[in-house]
Amino acid sequence: MDAPIKLEIINMTKLYKNGDGVKNVNLSVRKGELVTLLGPSGCGKTTILRTIGGFIELSGGDVQIDGKSIIAISPEKRPTSMVFQSYNLWPHMTVHDNLEFGLKLRRVPKAEREKRIAEGLELVHMTGFEKKYSSQMSGGQQQRIAIARSLLLQPEVLLLDEPFSALDAKIRMQMREELRKIQTDLNITVVFVTHDQEEAMMLSDRIVVMSKGHIEQEGSPREIYDHPSSHFVAGFIGEMNFLDTRDGKRLAVRPENISVRFSSGGDIDGHVRTVMMLGHYMEMTVDTTKGVIKAYINAEEAKKFSKGDEVALKFSSTFEYENEIGGGN
Amino acid sequence: MEENRDARTVSPYSMKSVRRSLGRKRFRELMILFVFMLFFYGPLLHALILAFANTYGPTDIIPSDFGFHWWHYVLKQPNVAKAIFYSFLFAFSSTAVSLVICIPAAYVLARYKFRGRKLIMFSFLIGNAFPKIGMYTSMGIIYYKIGLLGTFFGVLLVHLLGTMMQMIWLPAGAFRSVPKSQEEAARDVGAGPVRTFFSVTLPIAWPGIAVATMHAFIGSLGESVGTLMVGLPQYRTMMTEMYGVILDFPATAGAVFALIIVIPNLILLFIMRKYISADNMARGFKMG
Repeated sequence: MDAPIKLEIINMTKLYKNGDGVKNVNLSVRKGELVTLLGPSGCGKTTILRTIGGFIELSGGDVQIDGKSIIAISPEKRPTSMVFQSYNLWPHMTVHDNLEFGLKLRRVPKAEREKRIAEGLELVHMTGFEKKYSSQMSGGQQQRIAIARSLLLQPEVLLLDEPFSALDAKIRMQMREELRKIQTDLNITVVFVTHDQEEAMMLSDRIVVMSKGHIEQEGSPREIYDHPSSHFVAGFIGEMNFLDTRDGKRLAVRPENISVRFSSGGDIDGHVRTVMMLGHYMEMTVDTTKGVIKAYINAEEAKKFSKGDEVALKFSSTFEYENEIGGGN
Repeated sequence: MEENRDARTVSPYSMKSVRRSLGRKRFRELMILFVFMLFFYGPLLHALILAFANTYGPTDIIPSDFGFHWWHYVLKQPNVAKAIFYSFLFAFSSTAVSLVICIPAAYVLARYKFRGRKLIMFSFLIGNAFPKIGMYTSMGIIYYKIGLLGTFFGVLLVHLLGTMMQMIWLPAGAFRSVPKSQEEAARDVGAGPVRTFFSVTLPIAWPGIAVATMHAFIGSLGESVGTLMVGLPQYRTMMTEMYGVILDFPATAGAVFALIIVIPNLILLFIMRKYISADNMARGFKMG
């Protein structure tokens, strides 16, 4: 990835009266990259996004697009466009008018406007919805139109604030795939905010994991999953078992990195507590002296075990962290 | 329905049979409804009958002769045309001025959190809690001192006072119900704050504002006490004339007059009917 840097956040600080906010955040996003800000609510991810969009004023630091500071520019003049979580479309305008509003303000000629609206609708598979009002559409359809509305203004950076979290699981999945496809096809720069780690993993070129107003770790989904740099990240991304060790540290192991066999003498021994079907694999929980441990095993294997069996767990890869109480989930 | 028809064949139209066919509970409910309707629409019906009565003697229940005699009479009065003109002049101008003053105020009260916001909202209610006559008397005294008595502006102020509360509370409620993210979305696609207000916020909040405007207009048309105290003798509206009509003319003329005043209200209510909902009203009276 050697595309030029599109968006750069330098030492961004924004503190609210209640102590929430972000402190000294540095982040750069390359052209055509999809970067996700991921973290629990209150971690500051939305604050960063809204600051880029111009809806929140900075306490300190700078935001630059193509090397030029944008913090003095009002939201309507920024080269960014934002898709909000909900209540996106203006209910008194048709889909067509919703899409046309921004183009009109930019004094795009009528013929060109119509062409871009048609293209925008086609892009999100909503051709034929021109005359509908938002109240006549499902949440997913509304969000498609909202995305089209932002896209046809050809922003330098597209900002998405938990755009799919109000949708049901199946639509959400579909929307993610489509967004990813559109984003790569058009090579647009996207900053995406979510609290859903699965969504972040699926969509992102790069994930920025945030906690309590600062960046915990940033990297590709693979890097973050395989090498969580802190206890918090380890707990937040994917499933993880934590075991306290004798020297006061914490051992972390992913359920898929555990193999189960009968007898004893593994990294830890215990008794089978439950075996649950999760599709092509099974989730087994095992009672051990260090608490309940979760393991994923294939369905064929799982048939051999039943509740109460004595088993030995073998860890194929582990992480070790300082034992910080209250971190993680 | 089936039961009803059966009952009628047995003993037609007697109370007893109706009661039997409807059941005791339904019958009681129907009676309550009937009494209520009579109570509610009776006076209106009476006024309607009176207005079209040419002769209505003291012993008549229903007028002996119907016609437009009193309409001709009332409309021929020299002051009436002028009073109608002033009524509408004050109604239109006070509604317009009220819109200009109250809509921005309502927006601020709805959108910005500042110290004393609730107190300000509440203070608009206090104006309604005072006995109007007392307030107008003291206003009259002040008016006299500063030379506003009997002036157009003086009467306009009195009318504005009456519209204030509705015009702040209802639109503030309407503005509050416009999600902030819809305004932000407008800013985001390139609309400045003013454009955002007129293209997005105002149209979405419009139903609530329309209801408030209608109330202000009707309220101003119906304003009498204040106009009487500070406007006479220069400014006579239909409502202040009404006092004279009631005292000087027969009841039939009064009924005609009342109907003339009701007509614009009815037209307004008809035009605004799609905006008038309990929901809109309730939202307006919430202290957010």
